[in-house]
Amino acid sequence: MRAARTIFLAWAALLALLALTIAASFAPLGRVLPYVSYGIALAKTAVVVWIFMELRARDGLQRIALAAGFAWLAILFVLLFADNLTRGWPP
Amino acid sequence: MAEVSRLQPQFPTLARQREADHFGMLIFLSTEVLIFGGLFAALFVLRAEHGAEYVKSSKAMHVWLGGLNTAVLLTSSALVALMVEAVRAGSARLARWLLTGAIALGLAFLAIKFTEYGLEYRDGVVPHLSPLNLHGGADELFMDLYFAATGLHALHVVGGLGLLASLIWPFGAARRDTSAVFAGNAALYWHLVDVIWLFLYPTLYLAR
Repeated sequence: MRAARTIFLAWAALLALLALTIAASFAPLGRVLPYVSYGIALAKTAVVVWIFMELRARDGLQRIALAAGFAWLAILFVLLFADNLTRGWPP
Repeated sequence: MAEVSRLQPQFPTLARQREADHFGMLIFLSTEVLIFGGLFAALFVLRAEHGAEYVKSSKAMHVWLGGLNTAVLLTSSALVALMVEAVRAGSARLARWLLTGAIALGLAFLAIKFTEYGLEYRDGVVPHLSPLNLHGGADELFMDLYFAATGLHALHVVGGLGLLASLIWPFGAARRDTSAVFAGNAALYWHLVDVIWLFLYPTLYLAR
């Protein structure tokens, strides 16, 4: 029963975050909006991964197995933007 | 209550075997993250290069249908998480009901998604098929990537629905798998499909 309560609370938190991200997109945030949007997306991901995917109950090796995908993705993005965002810079 | 996962000869204990089952699934999910990562990379570059056009295209998206779909998918994920608990507790009947609910919501997601594609066809923003309001620039690239990303995601939803349905029939894992190895792995897949949508939604619909 405790597990069901945790899942229900996580679901409520996820829907609240969804409402927040939609509301934020209509707020006059300008250039800050992407950071807010992706910050909320990361928070939602943390809830899904930690509670729904039960990584809180798994050992370190299993956590690393899933984190590896995101770690390699981070490398892709860093190298991509190291090129893309610096193209106009003076040599 | 018969156990569906028997100890295979290469594992010293059943606990180790279950750990390996989940480990393999998580590695597979990591590769899924990378598949979609390529599409996200393309979308980020498009936004960095053509910020104003990107925002204009994103504003033309059906933001409320996308939001509704996010809620549908999150609720479906919650039902699947509850299903795993029910399987562990040995309540097969409850697990089947939760699976049925999760599958119904998954189908609702697809129905809403394809309704949206229909609306976009009517709006004239579908590359090649209905390109009346596309002008061959960044807006067309945005729609190309939109259909590639959401289409690939929809395929994953279909795959996930197949997995969830297989827990009811033919495997009946909801009834026989009290350690929830297969049910747990199917649930992991469904949750990851959910996570990918959590990033697709702000990337495609909420750029303003």
